[in-house]
Amino acid sequence: MAEIKYTTADPKGVLTGIHYMDGNHAACEGALAAGCRFAAGYPITPSTEVVERFSARIPLVGGVFIQMEDEIASSICLQGAVWAGLKAMTVTSGPGISLMQEHIGLAACLETPCVFVNVQRGGPSTGLPTLPGQADMQQCRWGSHGDYEVIALSPSTVQESFDFIIDAFNLAEIYRVPVFFMMDECVGHMTEKLVIPEADKIKVVERRYTSKPPEEYLPFKPDPDLVPEMVKAGDGYRFHVTGLTHDERGYPVINAQAQKEMVYRLVEKVEKNAPKIWRYEEDEVEDADVVVLSYGISARVALKAIEMAREKGIRVGRMRLIVVWPFPEPRVKEIASKVKAIVVPELNIRGQVAREVERIVEGTCRVVRVPHAGGTVHDPQEILDAIMEAAK
Amino acid sequence: MSVVEGIKENPVEEFLRTDRLPHVWCSGCGIGTTVNCFARAVKECGIPLNDLAIVSGIGCTGRVAGYLRLDSFHTTHGRAIAFATGLHLANPELKVVVYSGDGDLVGIGGNHFIHAARRNLDITVILINNFTYAMTGGQVTPTAPLDSIETTTPYGVFEQNFNLPHLAASCGAVYVARWTAYHVMQVKKAMVEALNKKGFSFIEIIAPCPTIYLRRNRLGSAIDELKYYKEHSVIQHGADTRDVGIDIRRPEKIIVGKFVDIEKPDYLTAMNEHLGEVLGDKYVRWGE
Repeated sequence: MAEIKYTTADPKGVLTGIHYMDGNHAACEGALAAGCRFAAGYPITPSTEVVERFSARIPLVGGVFIQMEDEIASSICLQGAVWAGLKAMTVTSGPGISLMQEHIGLAACLETPCVFVNVQRGGPSTGLPTLPGQADMQQCRWGSHGDYEVIALSPSTVQESFDFIIDAFNLAEIYRVPVFFMMDECVGHMTEKLVIPEADKIKVVERRYTSKPPEEYLPFKPDPDLVPEMVKAGDGYRFHVTGLTHDERGYPVINAQAQKEMVYRLVEKVEKNAPKIWRYEEDEVEDADVVVLSYGISARVALKAIEMAREKGIRVGRMRLIVVWPFPEPRVKEIASKVKAIVVPELNIRGQVAREVERIVEGTCRVVRVPHAGGTVHDPQEILDAIMEAAK
Repeated sequence: MSVVEGIKENPVEEFLRTDRLPHVWCSGCGIGTTVNCFARAVKECGIPLNDLAIVSGIGCTGRVAGYLRLDSFHTTHGRAIAFATGLHLANPELKVVVYSGDGDLVGIGGNHFIHAARRNLDITVILINNFTYAMTGGQVTPTAPLDSIETTTPYGVFEQNFNLPHLAASCGAVYVARWTAYHVMQVKKAMVEALNKKGFSFIEIIAPCPTIYLRRNRLGSAIDELKYYKEHSVIQHGADTRDVGIDIRRPEKIIVGKFVDIEKPDYLTAMNEHLGEVLGDKYVRWGE
């Protein structure tokens, strides 16, 4: 089995120091710190600053930015770069991520480690280009056709836009999946303090390259953790990859058995490793009557409502998802067994994450949705009202 | 290795994934002929096989990547060039070849085709033009000449088609050639030239699809088609690409030859030169 090799960041890409910048710029710096040396993108509000910064920075670091002709091209161009040996990302927002879906499936199928940054805005269609939403949360999980799994992280602050995108790149390498970095317009455009540590304090995961010689190497033979070792073009392996259902050799096999083996592994390599992927933050959950579960900018707005509720004497706990997919099912189930209700504020009206909570708690406790159509964030009062109602 | 005693090895065997044979192509199909030419061209160029990567899209020609024992990528429909863009830019030492069909590269993939040519990316694009979406049973493509019968144009094509050499040339390709599956020596030579060319090189190869296109259009067998290519092809190197369109099903002449062979800085050369000039010593040159 290829060991997961941790190293420290290449100092060339690390702008160590204290900065004052917005989340989009911070995400770019995080990507560079993570070792991303290739970005392909197409302009789209409210995400464009990420690639604008990348295009200015990468010539000084060593790497390539290319503005492609559209998001479809961007979302496969970056995969070419990955198979040539670089870490790569693309950056977009709602309409762009909709266009990219076929290649998210390709990345899942070829097990291309890569990062899709989605600075979410209001939808559907052109929607609200300049205003926030969190309405792509289910799309990033299910958007491409067929069965596969992805990983999705969601930052709430500028600092996290830097820190967590490094984690996103690392997770992509460990599990060889497309990883979504689900920002939103607020986090992308809010400006606050950012501390970029020394390069040697930043942990970076190297690609799982095989040490096997070409005659022994099978491109899709999984390690015990269900993730196969990788090679790159030009190394003499003369390997084949295809978006068709394939066997361990990477050759197309068009039958039910091959399909079963492939899609189960694509799903299980995330599902079975989920405990190593979950990242969430909790406080005062243990003796809570109500827990507010949220993510991204909504989790930050919820802090105010939680504070107000606690002042009123309501025992409110807080769970913030950092990794939204895979979802921390066992923990949410456990919480559900102890509380009256879980309150889920999010910037979409169909309960994209609340629905998942409802599915998991199976009626053990109430799940109170706090929907919002997007365009701005919740008024903390709306979340407070939901908490008070839930605590009854 | 041949199992028949006394017969030498297939000279292109080292290029093929023999464990994947037989291939999916029909008897008489022109794609395999061009693959043979390609293998011989690569051999002649002396490009180390480990440095050569091949990218295909979807369709009959899209299967080429799967049969060549190279680093090979069978990607999505129409997007081979966009994948190849990333592959090439991330490792400029690789020789990247896109090998796909007319529907794939200039139908669904037309946008990537024109932009890669515009950027003068240092890649080679080999397009097998059989005038139909053969893998899906023979629907009309943007290259299908007027009056062609396709499953989605049962009364004949009435829309204008692409003149591919002109499309490539007008978008900025530095090498543009057209041959047919009959012209195996010229195809091989063009491939050698294209592989050695710095910048966006493009070869259109007109090839018979006997199972679908020829049959449905009552154009005879693959042999008839090759005879037609032989008798009606006119070699006009340097022809004005505006004049090489194939707008009817059986034109009196198909103009073939090398139409464009010019020098222009490729994308990465231009990038390194420009950024080096603007940023000076701060610029970290890429791929040199």
